[in-house]
Amino acid sequence: MTVRVLFFAAHRELLGTSETTVDLPDGATVGELVQTLRARGAPWDLIPSRPAVAVNRRYADGSHTLGNGDEVAMIPPVAGG
Amino acid sequence: MVWSDVTTEPIEPGAVLGRVGGASYGAVVLFLGTVRNTNDGRPVSGMEYHGYEAMAQEQLAVIVGEASEIAGGAPVAAVHRLGTLALGEISVAIAVSTPHRASAFEASRHVIEEIKKRLPVWKKEHYVDGRTDWVKGIQPAPETAP
Repeated sequence: MTVRVLFFAAHRELLGTSETTVDLPDGATVGELVQTLRARGAPWDLIPSRPAVAVNRRYADGSHTLGNGDEVAMIPPVAGG
Repeated sequence: MVWSDVTTEPIEPGAVLGRVGGASYGAVVLFLGTVRNTNDGRPVSGMEYHGYEAMAQEQLAVIVGEASEIAGGAPVAAVHRLGTLALGEISVAIAVSTPHRASAFEASRHVIEEIKKRLPVWKKEHYVDGRTDWVKGIQPAPETAP
């Protein structure tokens, strides 16, 4: 399956991109997605090992199972207001 | 009645106030967040607000719904600005009206505190010396399963 991964703010600057797509085995979790991304090497290993993540615009934890076509966002610490 | 928006347009406090209030309410609270000229002792010249706009819209609607519930179903309106703001400009406006003041303050406080914990918005400060930095934020918690 394939998921779309979005990056924002400081992550976007570190990686030099606002999004990427990742192929994963069926049943992969958010945690496995993060590991897969970090395993690409520099600069992807700058992504924190346990970032806050949103799946289809809702916060999810590392054990959340992903589905084909999910929109996954890496959420740096938020600072609204 | 609840209303929320995330926008790049300047915030008009009067328009936000106009979404709450009425003859059955004895209290109206309007909170405005504005861009301050210093942070941690460093002189600030302006602020860039970035957001995950689609999610921020949804999250702000949820937060405003919670605030209305806290206030017994009272009207709550909130808007958050994105884009480049000058000093003193309004970054967030929250209006609540309730029959009595206590729940209006409580609901308004809920909205701003939850924005700071959950809204996927980031700010980059521009300093007077020409440098910029992302404001240190809060790591949002995963949602608990329904």
